[in-house]
Amino acid sequence: MRAMTYLRPESPAAAVEMVAATAGAQFLGGGTNLVDHLKLGVTSPELLVDISRLPLDTIEQYDGASGRGLRLGANVRNSDLAAHPVVRSRFPVVARALLSGASGQIRNQATTGGNLLQRTRCVYFQDVTTPCNKREPGSGCSALEGYARYNAILGASDACVATHPSDLAVALAALDAVVVVLGPSGERRVPFDELHRLPGDDPSVDTTLGDDELITAVEIPSTAAGERSTYRKVRDRASYAFALVSVAGALDLDGRTVRDVRIAWGGVAHKPWRARRAEAALVGRELTEDAVRAAVDEELTAARTTDETAYKIPMLRGSTALTLLRLAEEIR
Amino acid sequence: MTEQVVSPVRVRSVGRRLDRADGREKVTGAATYAFEHGEADGVVDPLHVWLVQSTVAKGRVARVDSAAALSHPEVEAVIDHTNAPRLEDTDDRELAILQDDAVGFRGQIVALVLAGSAEAAREGAALVDVSYDVEPHEAELREDNATYRPDSVNPDMETDTEDGDVDAALEQAEVVVDQTYRTPYEHNNPLEPHATIAWWDTVDGRSTLSMFDSTQGVHGVVQSVAPMFGLEPDQMRVRAPYVGGGFGSKGEAHAHVVAAALAARTTNGRPVKLAVTRQQMFALTGYRTATISHVRLGARADGTLTAIEHAVKEQSSAIKEYAEQTASPTRMMYAAPNRRTSHRLALLDVAVPSWMRAPGEMPGMFAHEVAMDELAAACGLDPIELRVRNEPDLDPETGKPFNNRRLLECLQRGAERFDWASRPSEARSLQEGDWWVGTGVAAATYPAMKMPGNSARVRSLGEGRYAVAIGSVDIGTGARTVLTQIAADALEVEPDAIDLAIADSRLPSASVAGGSSGTSSWGTAIVAAAQLFRADHGEAPDAGVETTASAADDPAADQYAFHSFGAVFAEARVNRWTGEIRVPRLHGVYSVGRVINPMTARSQFVGGLVMGLSAGLFEESYRDPRFGHVVTQDLATYHVASHADVLDVGAEWLEESDEAFTPMGSRGVGEIGIVGTAAAVANAAYHATGTRVRSLPLTADLFLD
Ligand SMILES: Cc1cc2nc3c(=O)[nH]c(=O)nc-3n(C[C@H](O)[C@H](O)[C@H](O)COP(=O)(O)OP(=O)(O)OC[C@H]3O[C@@H](n4cnc5c(N)ncnc54)[C@H](O)[C@@H]3O)c2cc1C
Repeated sequence: MRAMTYLRPESPAAAVEMVAATAGAQFLGGGTNLVDHLKLGVTSPELLVDISRLPLDTIEQYDGASGRGLRLGANVRNSDLAAHPVVRSRFPVVARALLSGASGQIRNQATTGGNLLQRTRCVYFQDVTTPCNKREPGSGCSALEGYARYNAILGASDACVATHPSDLAVALAALDAVVVVLGPSGERRVPFDELHRLPGDDPSVDTTLGDDELITAVEIPSTAAGERSTYRKVRDRASYAFALVSVAGALDLDGRTVRDVRIAWGGVAHKPWRARRAEAALVGRELTEDAVRAAVDEELTAARTTDETAYKIPMLRGSTALTLLRLAEEIR
Repeated sequence: MTEQVVSPVRVRSVGRRLDRADGREKVTGAATYAFEHGEADGVVDPLHVWLVQSTVAKGRVARVDSAAALSHPEVEAVIDHTNAPRLEDTDDRELAILQDDAVGFRGQIVALVLAGSAEAAREGAALVDVSYDVEPHEAELREDNATYRPDSVNPDMETDTEDGDVDAALEQAEVVVDQTYRTPYEHNNPLEPHATIAWWDTVDGRSTLSMFDSTQGVHGVVQSVAPMFGLEPDQMRVRAPYVGGGFGSKGEAHAHVVAAALAARTTNGRPVKLAVTRQQMFALTGYRTATISHVRLGARADGTLTAIEHAVKEQSSAIKEYAEQTASPTRMMYAAPNRRTSHRLALLDVAVPSWMRAPGEMPGMFAHEVAMDELAAACGLDPIELRVRNEPDLDPETGKPFNNRRLLECLQRGAERFDWASRPSEARSLQEGDWWVGTGVAAATYPAMKMPGNSARVRSLGEGRYAVAIGSVDIGTGARTVLTQIAADALEVEPDAIDLAIADSRLPSASVAGGSSGTSSWGTAIVAAAQLFRADHGEAPDAGVETTASAADDPAADQYAFHSFGAVFAEARVNRWTGEIRVPRLHGVYSVGRVINPMTARSQFVGGLVMGLSAGLFEESYRDPRFGHVVTQDLATYHVASHADVLDVGAEWLEESDEAFTPMGSRGVGEIGIVGTAAAVANAAYHATGTRVRSLPLTADLFLD
């Protein structure tokens, strides 16, 4: 019989110490992803360190050396975060991204930290009877020539075409959030863009964090664009489905001209995809449907699609244009 | 068995709303479902069974290494083909598990683990190491491999039919529609997964096998399982007091039922409990085959059909044949002198398909009714008018008169409700905000069926109360409630004077809750027993007197073709930026004979419409042909409609009574709601966008520019 140890540390530092001391130990947040993986046999850690009761559950405005913004504790539940008045008014993209994800029950249980570190929903990753390089390095990628509807079109590799499933992460990527991490050698701050990585030839590693690094908070800097931000998730059914593609958009206009724009896409890559080339193509330009479509195409010159994923290109064009044009209407 | 000639029931409760007899138990959690039975029901100290499934699609089990599993402290036994009890009858290769080393599909049961808890059994199952001699497999349905001609199609219909000269008529036709329509694999996914509790005993020197099972027919389980163990029917008892849906997947016993009985055979009388997981259901409890329908319609310029052809390609499992009757509705739907239908199968190394709500009609009418919409567009006709022009006088298939064909009235009533008159005739002509908007219609039909082998018992309890018993199952439809109403009217008493007993194979025999035949079949038997009871025992019977009877066949009924009909109207909106499709309005109008209980019938219609909507927009099981199994094997990846997708869904019915079919005047309501619905949605999406989609589901990617 396989024994598993379950511990509840007294402090974040103690949690880090426990995980650092045991190979293969994992932090447990709300458990909505990790517990599924335990049942499916996707992972079988010998030690679970339950951090969900640590007091990392406040939302605070900060105004200091690092600027002005909002600091979210890693244990803030997805539903509480989505309902927070400051989040709703100053960072609407965050609230909308959260509310477009999962279900009410799951959002009540899921944590901010866990949400960002949830793993891909690729069906082969979750089915231990099939090869998957992410689950079992070197076994091969079943998704390359299999069920491909949700596969990545940007930044993928021959080893892995999985997409990152989090909606919240796409919103935070657009807002240039910073992830605050506690490790055995102290605290460090990770720019959001550097949190998740592309698969390359080692898709088993999702992020740039060490196994023993604990997310304690996420900081979102205040920006003018952030206040005019929204999230649009395109999916097969009206709720309770992962994104085919999604768009986090934030916009600041000077008259008709784009002063600042942020575009991040979900459902297209191993990480939330910040569309910086598209952004650059729009800044200083008048915001029109044609301009957005052209900017999207510029970002997508690097895209690699198959018959099953080719639809994501027109879907990104349309949904990105719709997102930004609606934001512009709100502003005017 | 005494047979009684039934006469029409004088309705009093029938036709009126009566709250569900078991509603309170269900919503308060007091209803006991199969897996939940415990000591109070004789299930003492059970062992738990976990299934070990094949990870190859074809081959032989070379070795089952149970050592690691057996060293688990809570694991009691591992059963595989080398040590499983032998079955007396192994003809059914879906059911005859663990009798030899052959593997016919990925996910097949290759071993059972017994342990003191479900968790330990599951852990034990993960420790069983099975090695295989693998053989090449074929798991993909293609047009070029569906070449096998079955002897008949489900349930026992002709494989092919032909009238006149289709090819000549098509050549001369002024307008031709010649298209291929596809429906995907679909899994039934009732809310309650399949579960079985089984235990063996010895009574008067004979072995007995008892079960609680989540099934649509307790007698059916006895009929298929008892002979496999060499038992007479009276040596086996199956009960199913509450069942959380089935949609056909619990219509017949599947392999897990035999697994439970085999496992229990080894435990010296200790009960075993077996719950099938959601993932396992995708391999073990049936599904709807994918279908490829090649439809050719020939017509005159005015829309009058001269030729109808529907050639179906679909698949079955190589280990057990099931041929979906996909072209069957095409045989009776519209008039045309030249007609041809056919079914060909690919026999694949895959899980065994089976019944799923409206087998045949659901995929077949999708093809036929989208083709009709295409024909209407090609002729420049309103799709309702096209159907009016092709309404047959007699059943085109049998030449008999329809007893009660009111399709056109259904279409007209629905057209009023949907304000069809103001609909623009051109596709892609209505835009509201970000959405293309359109409406569509499709016809629905379902055969009226009554099954043989039903009888019921009526016993006087004194003081005007009656015990009525029949071994039918209420799978959530409201059968308990409507059978109470039928019994009350047949005995001319109030419903609360009836004590109804169902769901036990010790009760008089009843057919499956399937084919929309349950209420007709069981209700007619109850009426027979009640009418004979009154004839024998009068209006004031002594307590304890009883009558058991079944209904005599009515030879007069043979002169008619009995079918139900309906019309489904849908509004579709397609987002012009993202391709997303939503259905804000869905309305069905039905002609189904007398509606026995408006509340429970509405649930069936609306549930059928929702399931049809779900098939139209979402449902698809993706089988990976390289591995041979369905990889979208949970409800996060196999999408069914969510609440947010189900908006304004309405159903109504024509007032009528079909006493030539049953003494209650009813014909059955369970399946017709899913028929035609996906076609109505596809036709509405075409009207909205001008894009004709001929395959299900209709997903956003299909509507992008
Ligand atoms: C049916 C279903 C539908 C869903 N739909 C959506 C959807 O549409 N959109 C969407 O975005 N999500 C969706 N989700 C996923 C859901 O949002 C995640 O499961 C959830 O956010 C994970 O949070 P958790 O706290 O439960 O994480 P856990 O399951 O506890 O942990 C997830 C991972 O994060 C690690 N971890 C947790 N907290 C920390 C921390 N503070 N520091 C370091 N590591 C940590 C764990 O070790 C684990 O590896 C869905 C989930 C389900 C089950």
